[in-house]
Amino acid sequence: MNWDWSAVADFMPRFWDGVLITLQILVLGSLISFTLGLLWAIGFRAPTRFVRWPVNLITEFIRTTPLLVQLFFLYFVLPEWGVQFSALTTGTIAIGLHYSTYTAQVYRAGIDAVPAGQWEAATALSLPAHRTWFAVILPQAVRRITPALGNYVIAMLKDTPLLAAIGVLEMLQESRLESASTFQYTEPLTVIGVAFILIAYPASLLVRALERRLVR
Amino acid sequence: MTAGLWQNWVLPGIWITVQLLLYSAVLAGFVAFAVGMARTHRSRFVRFLAGFYTEIFRGTSALILMFWLFFVLPPLLGWQLVPMWAAVLALGLSYGAYGAEIVRGALNSVAPAQREAGVALSFSPWQRMRLILLPQAVPEMIPPFCNLLVELLKGTALVSLLGVGDVSFAAYLVRLATQESAQIYTISLVIYFVLAFAITRSMKALEKKTKSNIGVTVLGGGAK
Repeated sequence: MNWDWSAVADFMPRFWDGVLITLQILVLGSLISFTLGLLWAIGFRAPTRFVRWPVNLITEFIRTTPLLVQLFFLYFVLPEWGVQFSALTTGTIAIGLHYSTYTAQVYRAGIDAVPAGQWEAATALSLPAHRTWFAVILPQAVRRITPALGNYVIAMLKDTPLLAAIGVLEMLQESRLESASTFQYTEPLTVIGVAFILIAYPASLLVRALERRLVR
Repeated sequence: MTAGLWQNWVLPGIWITVQLLLYSAVLAGFVAFAVGMARTHRSRFVRFLAGFYTEIFRGTSALILMFWLFFVLPPLLGWQLVPMWAAVLALGLSYGAYGAEIVRGALNSVAPAQREAGVALSFSPWQRMRLILLPQAVPEMIPPFCNLLVELLKGTALVSLLGVGDVSFAAYLVRLATQESAQIYTISLVIYFVLAFAITRSMKALEKKTKSNIGVTVLGGGAK
């Protein structure tokens, strides 16, 4: 084995570019998945089954099919429908949409854990639906689901390399470009592999600490 | 889409996806039980090693692991892995690490009195594991393992990036040939959905069976 530190040094500028794009995908993707997931979760509890049933089917479908194929679907099909996005935007939307179906399950569990008396109290006070959700139920649910949401952000981080498949310049794609120009595969790929561990492991310790504090 | 494309690419693609799923599930199951049981071992050193393995393989991305096994390992070892086996190895090792957490959690959830009873009967640690702990822990593992299997199925799509001719790769080729992206990608998503549905159904049946073996009945729900 011949490990070449100068190849690592040469890769560094590209590496940091990739890290920035990865973080950008992660932040925007999380925001999409948190908001959309909440909408799905409210849809699960809709008063009519004509809403509940399609919401269940759609989320189940997105959740059990591969992100990679969904990525290609959006990347190739949206332009056919006349919607033009950059690869980065398409990828961020795909990852946010995919993970929204996971966060929806988290919200669902959190909402189910709010005691039934709280719903009844809101009915007794004849609060309108949006006040029931945003002033009574969600503040109590969000506290206990924060760690679970954090776990999905980490999972999302580990799925960002998939976006390299449509050419997004995140960490994996930067390492592939580096390898293509220098013919050195070992160093760039190992650097980003280690980088993922160095980000994901402390993050999972943080989520575990949050879990001890927030969930009793 | 023409019949030729369907027969030459999509049908073999489904078969390759199923094969990938089976091989990597077997490897992942083996890793999960070995590492998961090691995490409940008496020796602190064994526990540390098993914990280290889990954190490393859960820490990195399956796709990067796959690329690493395919591009970095060969010059290191002097031999090249067939893409299919690099993929099975990457999927099995990383999903096995997630499975190890499931095994550990289920073993820890068996009532401590059961373990103590085994000690009182002077069972060896292996006898306790085989006769007391595993039979009670395995039914608990099935619902989370079911979710993991669906994740693994989705993970198999990654192999198309190494050029293995699975469903996703077939979709890519058919798109190049026909330019009908919406159609072929919808079909391939539906194929994955049907496979996932078959997994959840059979795991539900398995859960019922293993639970009835130890005298527990599953009411309604079960694996989800």
